[in-house]
Amino acid sequence: MSQAPKEDGLTLDGLTKVLGGRVIIDNLNLVVKKGEMVSLLGPSGCGKTTTLRMIAGFLIPDKGDIYLDGKDVTTLGPEKRPSAMVFQNYALWPHMTVFNNVAYPLKVRKLAKPEIERRVHEALSLVNLMHHKDSRPGQISGGEQQRVALARALVQEPDILLLDEPLSNLDAKLRVKVREDIRDLQRRLGITTVIVTHDQDEALSISDRIAVMNSGRIEQFSTPQELYDRPETEYVANFIGSLNHIQGGYSQGQIVPGSEVVGIRPEDVIFSTTQELGSYPTTVELVVPRGHFCEVYLKRADVELRAFISSNVPAAGSIGFARISKALIYKDGKLVRVA
Amino acid sequence: MARKEKVRVKTSSTAVRMSLVVFMLVMAFFILGPLIWLGVHAFVTNWTYPNLTPDGWTWHWWTKVFADSALEEAIRNSLIISPIVVLLSMIICLPAAYAAGRMNYPGRKTFLIVMFAANSFPKIGLFASIATLYYALNLMGTVVGVIIIQLLGTIIFMTWIPAAAFASVPRNLEEAARDAGASKFRVFRTITLRMAMPGILVAIVMSFLASFDEAQGTYLVGAPTLFTMPTEMYSLVQNYPIQVAAVFSLLLAFPSVLLIGLARKHIVGGQLAEGFQIK
Repeated sequence: MSQAPKEDGLTLDGLTKVLGGRVIIDNLNLVVKKGEMVSLLGPSGCGKTTTLRMIAGFLIPDKGDIYLDGKDVTTLGPEKRPSAMVFQNYALWPHMTVFNNVAYPLKVRKLAKPEIERRVHEALSLVNLMHHKDSRPGQISGGEQQRVALARALVQEPDILLLDEPLSNLDAKLRVKVREDIRDLQRRLGITTVIVTHDQDEALSISDRIAVMNSGRIEQFSTPQELYDRPETEYVANFIGSLNHIQGGYSQGQIVPGSEVVGIRPEDVIFSTTQELGSYPTTVELVVPRGHFCEVYLKRADVELRAFISSNVPAAGSIGFARISKALIYKDGKLVRVA
Repeated sequence: MARKEKVRVKTSSTAVRMSLVVFMLVMAFFILGPLIWLGVHAFVTNWTYPNLTPDGWTWHWWTKVFADSALEEAIRNSLIISPIVVLLSMIICLPAAYAAGRMNYPGRKTFLIVMFAANSFPKIGLFASIATLYYALNLMGTVVGVIIIQLLGTIIFMTWIPAAAFASVPRNLEEAARDAGASKFRVFRTITLRMAMPGILVAIVMSFLASFDEAQGTYLVGAPTLFTMPTEMYSLVQNYPIQVAAVFSLLLAFPSVLLIGLARKHIVGGQLAEGFQIK
């Protein structure tokens, strides 16, 4: 096999996993730099959780290697890996207090009592839960349980932190707050982190880089901005953000007949009541208020475009002019150019 | 109009409450009546029809029971045999319960159903055929023979209840412990076994009572050399005044009440309950 990587961080090298006769992970490669926060993003069934479970040691890959800080950990059991995981439903032990939940990994490591006490207090302060240290998991809220799970992972001072859909059981408001807390903590501690999520908002807002997964492979691995501005495949473009999808060609700001797929972000469709250079006449079909912006359906001949407009929203049925400021052109699912 | 309806609702709910109270009283009389009768008889000199109150109070029957060596021996036998039966039952059945609750292997369901088989026959028939086997093996009238007979009645409790308890421990709680660095054995000890403990405690209580109260098989195998408390009752009823039987009944009930009380405190009221969200 290939040489063990010299650099610190996490390296997945040609991972393959077959479960129940189905290829779940197909020759997957990924390098996460030390201190980096990386999201595995994809729909359910794309293999992101399987990948995470292989990193944690709950599953052994059929092929390929896993390196943590340059060490081969491919066949080590979860108890021997320097990784700590936060489970989707937190997996707190109901028969132990919050303190004992967080202390468990340290007790297993046979640390001295004062040392355990000091580190548990440190971890609980980090997630602002000192006042709940004697409560049981059943007595605290979902958000607090999530923070206990995080403290239990952080107290181990792991080389890598693994988060499996950590926010999916929280309500929308709390989710935003907790994900900011997680990001803040991760930055402060400089801990290498892999987070599994199906929520693009979550991935875009907290990751240094995102790996978009599709049926056991990584479609694209880049920064959130790059992923949004330059999605390398049609799949990624569809998964991240909204997209107008038009069969045809694209030439000088106009949709023309053709055999490619033109992808246009709704915010790249500029609407105006006066004609500008490169704009074409269009009818406003439908206006859907979306809070801080409106989703406007514009129609010309057989081409319909969705636009996001936040000021001077036109009325349905009115006539105006549309201009396309940016288009992604795909052929056979792959990006060929950005115009 | 609304007011009238309210009044009617109130009367009907009062009626319901009244009939509930009556129902409870009748139930209490049926359940507690015989126990009270027993409890009182253990302390009276004599109490016969048509007297409304007992003739007098005495500890005489208690001293009589404790002075009688046969009765004392029966108590000792019971208190020795039942814990041994429970312990053996745990050693034999708990690993099987873990396997049935946690692993998936062919014949798992069949295994659990077969556990019922011993209980679905009329017991006395089963014991009679076991007796013939016992004669051949020289187990009649021996402690070992009685222990084996009593074991049979505990197996169903010691497999089914703990199997369900083991099965209900979420796997990711075990995974979280592995991830935290615990070995497989430590995970079993601190997480799986600990969380299944309420179920195992219930099984222990049920098994103890099944063994402690077992009379048919024990009498068949043990008599006339080996008597436990329930089998001793047979001769008591024939040879002693009713008051001695009452004393003996209370003694027989004492461990059961104590165990159920302890189990209640630990299972329903205790911290273990939180794990199962019963409260």
